[in-house]
Amino acid sequence: MTDIPLNGIANGTVARPRRDIGLKRRYAAERRFRIYGVLAISVGIVFLAVMLVTIIGKGYTAFWQTTATLPITFDANVIDPENKRATDPNVLITANYPKLAENALMAKLGINPDDKVAARKLKGFLSDGARAQLRTMVTDDPSIIGTTRNVEILVAANIDSAFKGQIDLSVDESRRKVSDQQVTWMKQLAAEGSLAEHFNKGLFTFGASSRPETSGMGVAIIGSFYMMVIVLLLALPIGVAASIYLEEFAKKSRLTDLIEVNINNLAAVPSIVFGLLGLSVFINFLGLPRSAALVGGLVLTLMTLPTIIIATRAALAAVPPSIRSAALGLGASKMQMVFQHILPLAAPGILTGTIIGLARALGETAPLLLIGMVAFVADRPATPLEPSTALPVQIYMWANEAERAFVERMSGAIIILLIFLMAMNITAIVLRRRFERRW
Amino acid sequence: MSLMLVFAAVLAIGAVAFFVGRQRALVQDDGKVKPHSRAHYHGWWAFLLATMPALLLLIVWGVGSNVYLQEHIKSQLPMQTADSPIASEKLAASLTTSLANGLRRLDPQTAANPPASFAELQPQLAARGVALAPDTQDYMIPIAVDANRMQDRLSLIGAILILAVSIGGATLGVSHVQVRARARNNVEKLVLWGLLGASTIAILTTIGIILSLLFQTINFFERVPLTNFFFGTVWDPRFAAAGSGGSEGQFGLIPLLAGTLYIALVAMLVAVPVGLMSAVYMAEYASPRVRAVVKPALELLAGIPTIVYGIFALVTLGPFLRDLSAALAGGTGFIQAQSVFTAGLVMGVMLIPVVSSLSDDIITAVPRAMRDGSLGLGATRSETIKRVILPAALPGIVGAILLTASRAIGETMIVVLAAGVAANLTANPFEAMTTITVKIVNQLTGDLEFNSPQTLVAFALGITLFALTLVMNIFALYIVRKYREQYE
Repeated sequence: MTDIPLNGIANGTVARPRRDIGLKRRYAAERRFRIYGVLAISVGIVFLAVMLVTIIGKGYTAFWQTTATLPITFDANVIDPENKRATDPNVLITANYPKLAENALMAKLGINPDDKVAARKLKGFLSDGARAQLRTMVTDDPSIIGTTRNVEILVAANIDSAFKGQIDLSVDESRRKVSDQQVTWMKQLAAEGSLAEHFNKGLFTFGASSRPETSGMGVAIIGSFYMMVIVLLLALPIGVAASIYLEEFAKKSRLTDLIEVNINNLAAVPSIVFGLLGLSVFINFLGLPRSAALVGGLVLTLMTLPTIIIATRAALAAVPPSIRSAALGLGASKMQMVFQHILPLAAPGILTGTIIGLARALGETAPLLLIGMVAFVADRPATPLEPSTALPVQIYMWANEAERAFVERMSGAIIILLIFLMAMNITAIVLRRRFERRW
Repeated sequence: MSLMLVFAAVLAIGAVAFFVGRQRALVQDDGKVKPHSRAHYHGWWAFLLATMPALLLLIVWGVGSNVYLQEHIKSQLPMQTADSPIASEKLAASLTTSLANGLRRLDPQTAANPPASFAELQPQLAARGVALAPDTQDYMIPIAVDANRMQDRLSLIGAILILAVSIGGATLGVSHVQVRARARNNVEKLVLWGLLGASTIAILTTIGIILSLLFQTINFFERVPLTNFFFGTVWDPRFAAAGSGGSEGQFGLIPLLAGTLYIALVAMLVAVPVGLMSAVYMAEYASPRVRAVVKPALELLAGIPTIVYGIFALVTLGPFLRDLSAALAGGTGFIQAQSVFTAGLVMGVMLIPVVSSLSDDIITAVPRAMRDGSLGLGATRSETIKRVILPAALPGIVGAILLTASRAIGETMIVVLAAGVAANLTANPFEAMTTITVKIVNQLTGDLEFNSPQTLVAFALGITLFALTLVMNIFALYIVRKYREQYE
């Protein structure tokens, strides 16, 4: 028994040196390759993270809005100085409501009502939305005139930004949008507790407005909702019917081949082309109204159909032939087999595809721009035939505004849109995991 | 009787037919003879007979009576002369139509005998919230009243006809009910036709796209010569406000095409290596745990709408790159806030998940045996990937890249926000260029006159874009399909 039996040198024979096959080099290449892969994935993830963080960072403040709670005296002398409201209903519409709010603010701040200079500076403090707000209060209940109520009034966008600390107050006064005097008043009111941030309901209810503080995505949410309902009602049944025909009934022929190529191609046609289609067919040829959610819904339906068809066909094809044979063997007709056995088993897959298609339709902007949904719509649409906008289009419109406060709202709207989309996508992923069946 | 009401009535008749038919079938089944179809098929057959022909007639009647009414109005309008305030017969007819619609809002008495002058009528209509164009003429009022009367007559006749057809169908359907009647076969045959009809929608959409684009494009080329569009190097459409009749402009495709391809190229330079490497890593290296986290994350990246990417480029990345380049160069930056580079970079990131999911499918489709063979011969994993898997998957990957490139060419929102609107012809990636899609959006948003070359050019651009992507898609789909068959 030797101690070193395998050592060639000890045995006196010269071991041939192992042929250099570059193992070191090859392993290094292997490691490099792996690192490239990790890097590539990180690029995507890091970008996603940076994008989300910057958008959320810019937008989360949009969910709060500064309001001033003021004891407003509905002074009959201001609203109706000539006392004609009993005979002329227009008096209550055209009255000088901002004056009421201004008076209340002056009283609160202890400014002499005759101080014209201070009064002028005060003009930009409260939002112009106060006019409509107070007008609605009075026209809803004229008996309010002569009483004093505490009313929450939106402050102007600049004051809102300043109050949230987004305006650099160390800059010279002439180069920022808020004057020192306004800042002093702002602090005074805040100290008294009448100026405070509240949850921004207006972001979800207001329509378009030229003032950031009174603009919201109420119209856009309703418009998007209408469109999603239309897409769901049209694209799902048509898509499923088409897939059933192609997957279960169609014999291989020229026609079905053509349909197949068509569907695959339609899925890859740029979305803006569907906008052109909608403009010339639905609006110019069929005479449907511009900017209407109905037209948007139809365009998005055509766009979503291929996605749903492709997903549904995959889901139908995944149902094993044994189920088909069993159904047929028990005497079901082919139609009964499809509708009573295959379709229920394929439902989760169809649902997943539909949700993903809907999510894509919800985020789609380009075709909607062409059918006139870039519109200034202040009133909420009551039907899908009335002008409306859509969530992503609203974001686009805010992106074209210069004011800082609009950027904040835009980012807030993106957050809402992303929450909707994430919810839909995650539902789809979960559904797929949950019901994915290996036969 | 309005069409909606008729529609509801037809459905109600159908529902009655369904229940009567089913009941009749149930009653007839005395257990002696085996019925051919189950009872509800008899019900459905009666329902279909009651509703389908009637609804078809409803659509035909609705469209037909509208067309007839328009012709009727047109025939009654006096000839438009050159000095009349309304430019065309079409406009006069549409004014009369909206006047007729407005009259419907008034109470029946006034609507039947409206004041003879539009000046008197307008405040009454305005009080009901009907806003009419001020150049509506007095002579249109009697025509509108007449049109409304005729419309009432037409819809009454139509309603009676449709309901008669519906009731007739229902009776026929119910009378068909017999123990050995083949109701199921009838119903299934109709359903099959319905399914076939649904599947032709895809073809109809394509035909619709091609026809609508072609029609307007021909319209455009009647005003602007073909060569000026395809070989023009200057894009300067000028502005045609509504009513101005349109002024001369230059519509050169070249700068737009160059911008489109340049931005797409930058995007592909980002997306292809990164997307392909991620797909390779995910398919060959990643442990199931990593896969379970990263794959959904990439899917979320794919689920983010392009407008969000565009806004990120516009608000964050563009200004950041400009300031960064300014800091590097000391002074003014060499990267503009809106540039080919910014747009391409962001679009590239948007395309990463597209490339990676397409190539992931293709890489995993390479047969296990080829991988095992290579590993068994002593190749490292990366060598297997580089020398065996990627070459085997190459046709599929080329197809995937082509599909991605077609996405990049057709992408709109990112370039609208991040690439700029100036139609430059430059090789410097840090300057702004514009694309076909941006110009389509630009030309078609805002208050433009529809029949001017400024608007119609959007359709010529659209058909160029469609043709470009169509060729790429079909070629790519052909390659991918062929490749898939190879390993099946």
